[in-house]
Amino acid sequence: MIKVLFFARLREQLSTDSLQIQLSDNMTTDTIRQQLAETDTLWAKVMSADNLLVAVNQEVTDWTQQINDGDEVAFFPPVTGG
Amino acid sequence: MIKVQQSDFVVADEYRYLANDNQDGAVVTFVGKVRDFNEGIDVQGLSLEHYPGMTEKVLNDIEKKAREHWPLNKVTIIHRFGDLTLGEQIVFIGVTSPHRKAAFAACEFLIDFLKTQAPFWKKELTSEGSVWLDAKNSDDDASQQWQEKLND
Repeated sequence: MIKVLFFARLREQLSTDSLQIQLSDNMTTDTIRQQLAETDTLWAKVMSADNLLVAVNQEVTDWTQQINDGDEVAFFPPVTGG
Repeated sequence: MIKVQQSDFVVADEYRYLANDNQDGAVVTFVGKVRDFNEGIDVQGLSLEHYPGMTEKVLNDIEKKAREHWPLNKVTIIHRFGDLTLGEQIVFIGVTSPHRKAAFAACEFLIDFLKTQAPFWKKELTSEGSVWLDAKNSDDDASQQWQEKLND
């Protein structure tokens, strides 16, 4: 299983802070993004945001990273702390 | 020392900890606060969300990076989350070094990098409702300038 997390504006727009998905063959960060976008029009819109960021196991990465079973994948907008 | 917490911090206590080593000739601190305006709209408060676990990891990495570039002794980074009202403290950065130039530079580097790398998100409570803040290009520029400067 893969744990998927959503933060800030994304979490609110999707009314979801986390969910679990099954690992599939050759799964990447982009595969997960596309898979989630297929949920409905709202998810399609949110997951296609230009500035969407993704982290795997708490490290920001790109859309080609391979996913392994047990990984934690997080989607969020650009950060605004400080 | 990295602390991510809901509760407030006392600058005097943090300073006392930073300043008690006589090998240091310089202590530089920075405090970020909730201010009352943003892009012309009245701000009444902030709600700060973060990614527990990743936040601490990123702040540790940033501290490590600073130590690679400057001779630092003590480093303290405190960042709060949750609901904050006007004037409240959000973030504390404190660094000590034998030399002031290193302390000034490292403190600025730490806050610039924190702003573009640490997974915190601010939601402003304004007279017109609450809005998630958008990341600023100027913050990315500041962080980018450090990358260029340090790679020279």
